[in-house]
Amino acid sequence: MGAIVHIATDEAPGGADYELPAQNESLRVLEKRGARAERGVHGALSPCVQPMTTAVEPGTAIDSAYAIELRGIVKRFPGVVANDGVNLRVREGTIHAIVGENGAGKSTLMKTLYGAHQPDEGDILIHGTRRTFRNPSAAIDMGIGMVFQHFMLADNFTVWENIVLGSEPGHLRLNMRKARRRIRELSEQYGLEVDPDELVADLGVGDKQRVEILKVLYRGARILILDEPTAVLVPHEVTELFASLEQLTQQGATVIFISHKLDEVLGNADAITVIRAGKTVGEIDDPSTVTAGELAEMMVGSELPSPETREATVRDDVRLEVVGLTIESAPTGVDTVALAAGLAGGIESSSGTPTSHRPLDDVSLRVQSGEIVGIAGVEGNGQTELIEAIMGLRPASGIVKVDEQDVSELSNTARRNAGIGYVAEDRQRDGMVLSMTLWENVILGHQAGDDFTHRGLIDRDAARERTRQVVEEFDVRTPGIDVSAFTLSGGNQQKLIVGREMMAKPHVLIAAHPTRGVDVGAQAVIWDILRQARSDGLATLLISADLDELIGLSDRLLVMLRGKVVAEVDPQTVTPAELGSYMTGAHHHDGRSASGSPGDGEAPA
Amino acid sequence: MSATATVPVQDAREERRGLRLPGPIALWVVAAASVAISLAREISNNDDLTSANTFGVAIRTAAPIALAGLGGLYAERSGTINIGLEGMMIMGTVFAGWWAWEYNPWMGVLGGVIGGALGGLVHAFATVTFGVNHIVSGFAINILAPGVARFMANLLFEGESGGSVTNSPGASGEIGVFTMPVLSGGPLLGWKDTPDPLGSLADRQWFLVSDIASLLKALTTELRLDLVLVIVLFVASVYVLWRTRFGLRLRSAGERPSAADSLGVSVVFYRYVGMLISGGLAGMAGSVLVIGANRYSQGQTGGRGFLGLATLVVGNWRPAGVAAGAGLFGFFDGITQRIDPGQLILAAILAAAILLAFGIVYSVMQLRPGPALLMAIGGAVLLWVYLTIDDIRSEFVFMAPFVVTLIVVASRGQASRPPAQAGIPWRKGSQN
Amino acid sequence: MNRRLLTTFAAPALAAVAAIVVSSVAVLVAGESPATAFKAMWSQIDSTESIVLIVNRAVPYYVAGVAVAIGFKMNLFNIGANGQYVLAALLAAAAGAAVDLPAPIHVAMIMGIAVVVGATWAAIPALLKAYRGVNEVISTIMLNYVATNLIAYLLAEHFRNPDQPNIRETRVLPESARLPSLNSLFEAIGFDFGPGVVLHGFLPVAIVLGIGYHVLLNRSRFGFNLRVSGENPTAARAAGISPRRMIIVTLIMSGAIAGLIGIGPLLADPQFYKYGDQFPVSYGFIGLSLALLGRNHPVGMAAAALVWATIERATQALSFVDIPQEIGIILQGSFLLSAIIAYEIVRRLSADAETRAASRETPGTRTIAEAPA
Repeated sequence: MGAIVHIATDEAPGGADYELPAQNESLRVLEKRGARAERGVHGALSPCVQPMTTAVEPGTAIDSAYAIELRGIVKRFPGVVANDGVNLRVREGTIHAIVGENGAGKSTLMKTLYGAHQPDEGDILIHGTRRTFRNPSAAIDMGIGMVFQHFMLADNFTVWENIVLGSEPGHLRLNMRKARRRIRELSEQYGLEVDPDELVADLGVGDKQRVEILKVLYRGARILILDEPTAVLVPHEVTELFASLEQLTQQGATVIFISHKLDEVLGNADAITVIRAGKTVGEIDDPSTVTAGELAEMMVGSELPSPETREATVRDDVRLEVVGLTIESAPTGVDTVALAAGLAGGIESSSGTPTSHRPLDDVSLRVQSGEIVGIAGVEGNGQTELIEAIMGLRPASGIVKVDEQDVSELSNTARRNAGIGYVAEDRQRDGMVLSMTLWENVILGHQAGDDFTHRGLIDRDAARERTRQVVEEFDVRTPGIDVSAFTLSGGNQQKLIVGREMMAKPHVLIAAHPTRGVDVGAQAVIWDILRQARSDGLATLLISADLDELIGLSDRLLVMLRGKVVAEVDPQTVTPAELGSYMTGAHHHDGRSASGSPGDGEAPA
Repeated sequence: MSATATVPVQDAREERRGLRLPGPIALWVVAAASVAISLAREISNNDDLTSANTFGVAIRTAAPIALAGLGGLYAERSGTINIGLEGMMIMGTVFAGWWAWEYNPWMGVLGGVIGGALGGLVHAFATVTFGVNHIVSGFAINILAPGVARFMANLLFEGESGGSVTNSPGASGEIGVFTMPVLSGGPLLGWKDTPDPLGSLADRQWFLVSDIASLLKALTTELRLDLVLVIVLFVASVYVLWRTRFGLRLRSAGERPSAADSLGVSVVFYRYVGMLISGGLAGMAGSVLVIGANRYSQGQTGGRGFLGLATLVVGNWRPAGVAAGAGLFGFFDGITQRIDPGQLILAAILAAAILLAFGIVYSVMQLRPGPALLMAIGGAVLLWVYLTIDDIRSEFVFMAPFVVTLIVVASRGQASRPPAQAGIPWRKGSQN
Repeated sequence: MNRRLLTTFAAPALAAVAAIVVSSVAVLVAGESPATAFKAMWSQIDSTESIVLIVNRAVPYYVAGVAVAIGFKMNLFNIGANGQYVLAALLAAAAGAAVDLPAPIHVAMIMGIAVVVGATWAAIPALLKAYRGVNEVISTIMLNYVATNLIAYLLAEHFRNPDQPNIRETRVLPESARLPSLNSLFEAIGFDFGPGVVLHGFLPVAIVLGIGYHVLLNRSRFGFNLRVSGENPTAARAAGISPRRMIIVTLIMSGAIAGLIGIGPLLADPQFYKYGDQFPVSYGFIGLSLALLGRNHPVGMAAAALVWATIERATQALSFVDIPQEIGIILQGSFLLSAIIAYEIVRRLSADAETRAASRETPGTRTIAEAPA
């Protein structure tokens, strides 16, 4: 009954400093750790686990009961090695989970498997035979079917139309009866209940997923790959899904699913492969022998930088206060989001995805001068709605106060004038106009104030002067200020944006994913900027999916789930496992509103 | 364009509260309209409102609009908006005028199809292969087509007897008509005067029954054969688009091209085919115009291509809806050609007011005061017009289809169901 | 920037070549030689008189282009410019002929009415779009036809010139309403246009409009908002620019300027001074073509307007050499089509270069949540 856990790591047992890949040099900016022992709690690995210093030798396991074996897959893209010698071994008839963080290389690996691209090095073995997939059709012929995270379904088509498209029964005439029959057969065989005649637009997310699964089964898939299947499901749909997957494997199919929800993985997978930074760092044949915490550590690295002990710069005055902010339901009809989408050449329809909960549910929080309040959470849990409600871009009920002034009824422009700065989460979509020059982009967001306009005309000189200042003070690498923004790298674009907001001397800064897609050097600069502003008295609300960033910068850390604030934790003491569970809902907590004084930790249930 | 695929949301369909009517609402609308028209006829004592002759004229005028709309339907269903319907129709008229005169009317029909399809080819080339904005490309075709048509007319017709640069000589021969035997008195295998039950029923002036009989009689009496073809095409389109493999794939190119592409369906191919069919049908609409007038005339199309687009919107992108919308527009158009059009218009206005009354009842049943109020205002206006005004000028009648379209579009708002990706250029790798 | 050079010169040049090729083919089909055609066309425009006539034609075209371009800058298709301007012209003509005022005021009043009518007619699609999401392409096309019929009615019933029972037109505008020709101006600096050749007086207004367009777009805050709303509507919204307000204001402004399209012919062309059946009714569409050809640039559109008018003038000579004059429209139409294709190709090439440059980034974040790859 020995559980064999193979861990491939460069680390000599004993705990020397872990060598993180180059992109995280930024950690040097944070205080040196060495405090691994302080975290304690889940540091020890279970006794059944034997760490090995060498990677798994290929060919060690002789079972050809492996439906899929990936050996030493390497895939390079310009500027990054997405897969750096990944191994994967999936036994037939099992549910196999692949876990890893964003950017670890899971999706790239799966793309290799279903034929979207070919690996630069390495082998793919299906039932023991080497294969190459030139395109997805080849993979489909081999019985591999991919179910995407973002469904590829035509909403205005019925279920059966979506399923049979491209492989229709009959020649000229659509043999609808045959199609329906086959679908019902598959439906019963695998326990995937659908009504073939229902319109996909009327289906819930769980049903849509079933349709996607049936799509691949209909084409004869025996190996199914699901990418983050539970990301959009509610708990009972999750149960139904895994029941179906179980039934699938009982019928002899093999299921691989990618997930970051560790409790689900542990509860449902027969085997787990952990990928980190493009390499396989763990292959677990018996999930009952590991805990979520151990998994999280494998994913994140046994190292989570402990935030530097810094002096508290928090002052008493409350700069931003939010009380009971609520959005009742996803927008319908012609709201500004839809209008903007329409102008962009898209469909003039509302952008809200129907959810089973309120997009924003009675959120209250406070940010004081000299404080950075971080908000953690899986994307899509209300962070965007919160930001837009505070900025006045989306109608919401509740109160927003800046410097004690009630701005709840004011426009976005007025709120900016009241002293809110905004770094949007998607700079290319919301933060800048790529085709415009740098100095024009510096005006963006501030065109309604007095800084750059006199009597309705743009003051070019003022804008250019400010741009020069931004470029110099915020280290924006550019040949000049008259170039178009798209010529700048992402990091420099972001520095420009952060700089432009800072130079407007805000009292409150809303920073959403401020270092997303930004190179290491720029990231360090931006973090420095944020920290400096903090000690100068800026109140910052920081939303991010980067845990390093959140933990490293925040004085207080809130967690959002399903539109609510469900937890407040102390970044100095929280563990990755804890944080992960709050974010994914494994911990069942009554969300206490996070307006307590700094330092209030949550006692785990 | 956006990173996340924005998918039209089911919330876009308004929630239905209150009483629900069984079955598709379109059927109820048609029923209500029929009753409204019959009532109007009775009240205003204007039998010509629903006479077979009026319907006959309506059908003849509706046909080109309907065909243009059908052309627009194929295009948008496959993902490309075809603003160039008018231009393709113009190409159709000149080709049809040419071949109908040079050969015979049926060749004229074929010629129109080819002329329109050529325009469709150009549009597809610009939009599908190069990704030019659909509206811009369609607009350019509308600019180019009249010039090409006039150029061709100059070369072909100028100097020929009966021809000039602005119209062709008459068509060579008649295209023939069809009258259904046994139901409408048409000939059957040598038996010249078969019974005409529809006709007699229509003459009885019974409420609703006779009106429907009139409509059926008009559809089956002396119907020009090219119009018969139009009807066949409509019926066939329903089958082709929803019951064949080809149709499914074509529609997928317009609903979710990346899904189609991921399943091995060539989006480019189907969009080209869709556009060729679209142009061909628009061109054939031109042929129908030519055959109806027996020759090509400059400016014959008169905006019917755009009315075709309007029928798409009114008809919710389905063939039956397009036909109904075209029928409505044709009805208005046809009325102006009858004796005493002013009275007919007034009767039609009364019918509209009655229909709105039904609408108010429905809205109240649905517990939606807003639409009910709007309809009440509209109904009151119409009623006032009916009661006070003696004669309606033709200009307002011509305006009517366009105004109706505006109202329908404005009231539908978000609930309209165009093909999800119509008008959005697609490239390999996009998430659309 | 290389890309600028391409789009500014190479692309339209290639399009012109394509257009010439297509038209030459058409000429050959007509049984004549392209060389003859082009020679005749050249001789037609090779005179001072021709240049004046071309400029006269180009002026209202240019105004139309500017009107439409304002909408285009925000991705709004004001196809309704046509309906807006003819309605404005009719009402302005009727009103102008009904009163007698001192000259500058009279002219100002007429222009004012035209602007208001154009703006009002454009307000309908503007509100429909901003509040009901109705696509302006459909609504403006519909309104064009409504306008045509409305004009027919108004002209026949209300605004008819009683002195001309057989023709449907408004009363002739008195002297005080007419814009004087510019001949005297040019004669003062030594240009004599010759007998019977008149340079219409609306040119200065068009120039002012063009300058105003440029200043508004590139120097004013509103212009900034407009450009941002067009280039990146989501960023505009995030920056606090209200899409609803921009849509309404822009379309109305476009309609207001469109109202002036017909004022040139109305007030400055001795052929008119009134609105009647002869009045040109398709300038709105020409404006759309010019805006597309000139890529909404004030100078580009001016060049396009001149080219357009030149083609029209030049092809008048073709009937003398037995070539159908429609070659002109074919030249124009194929030029437009080729140009929009060429511009699109250039846009795609440079957009691809952009994305390649942007993708040269190292992903640097470590998270638990998975973002779509």
